[in-house]
Amino acid sequence: MVSILKRSLAVIMLLIIGYWLAQGLSGIPFGQDKMLVGKYYLDNVIRQTGAINAVTAVVVNYRGFDTLGEVTVLFIASTGVGALLWAKRRERTAKTEGSIVLKTGIRLLTPFVILFGAYIFIHGHLTPGGGFPGGATIATAFLLLYMAYTMYEIPRRAFENTEGVAGMSYVIVALIGLAIGGYFLFDWIWQTWHFGVNNVGRILSGGFIPVIYTIIGIKVGTELSGIIDNMLREEVRE
Amino acid sequence: MNCLVCIEYILIGVMILSAIFAVEWRDLLAAAVGMAAVSLFASILYLMLQAPDVAMTEAAIGAALSGAVFIFAIKRTQRFESEEEERPGWWIRW
Repeated sequence: MVSILKRSLAVIMLLIIGYWLAQGLSGIPFGQDKMLVGKYYLDNVIRQTGAINAVTAVVVNYRGFDTLGEVTVLFIASTGVGALLWAKRRERTAKTEGSIVLKTGIRLLTPFVILFGAYIFIHGHLTPGGGFPGGATIATAFLLLYMAYTMYEIPRRAFENTEGVAGMSYVIVALIGLAIGGYFLFDWIWQTWHFGVNNVGRILSGGFIPVIYTIIGIKVGTELSGIIDNMLREEVRE
Repeated sequence: MNCLVCIEYILIGVMILSAIFAVEWRDLLAAAVGMAAVSLFASILYLMLQAPDVAMTEAAIGAALSGAVFIFAIKRTQRFESEEEERPGWWIRW
């Protein structure tokens, strides 16, 4: 009896909260053009950043510091996975190989998946995408390799070094901006060098957006591959 | 009625259905697959709502990588079925 009372009370509370939220949200004009900040970005994005794709211009250029924080969060997550699953000696213990269809398909597909991921992050300032989707696509290629072959392991040392170098070069690009333009993450390639001003809409434009997105793509790809590698190797006791 | 809108409603329905299945299935492997299916349909929905970059991230992270991580975690745990009494379905239990 008590539980039925409790449950009906919970349902009534949920209905009240749902009605309240629906009332609040119904007043918001979704999909209408009322955002002043968004209008400013859309009007000035090509002149100020040289990127066609306004989304990546906002993510890397106007809000570059947030993206640095995001990369740091991902780095901490990967470090946490590595620390939680740490053991003195770990090996892959998978017994069954993938089927012949899986192995042949993956041998054929892996280079193209990696190429597509690189395409996504190199063309971040022109087409939808950017460093995070590109890096995740590259990591799925390594996931496919891990699923197909029982003996496959990524070159761990090289991946960790690449990840560190990529993370540092993001900060170095930002610090060069500090030295030239006076603030952190100043777009020195576009605003000081005027590199690619006559080239807007082609790949050699967009200021430091392609540079930073290449760095982020490499970093995210190696980091997520490292997480997969950490999850798949199990502790071996002698 | 515009047919694209019908497809969006169908996708939302399938998403809600797979979310309920992901919670209710007793088999953890099937529940992980149901969770990945939610992400997959969400990514198709993002594509139809003209956010292709979000769709790409959702498909790669939500459907592929996090599903794989859940499956690896399930593989590391042991699997046993307890013969407890039959629980009533979610439509009675809520």
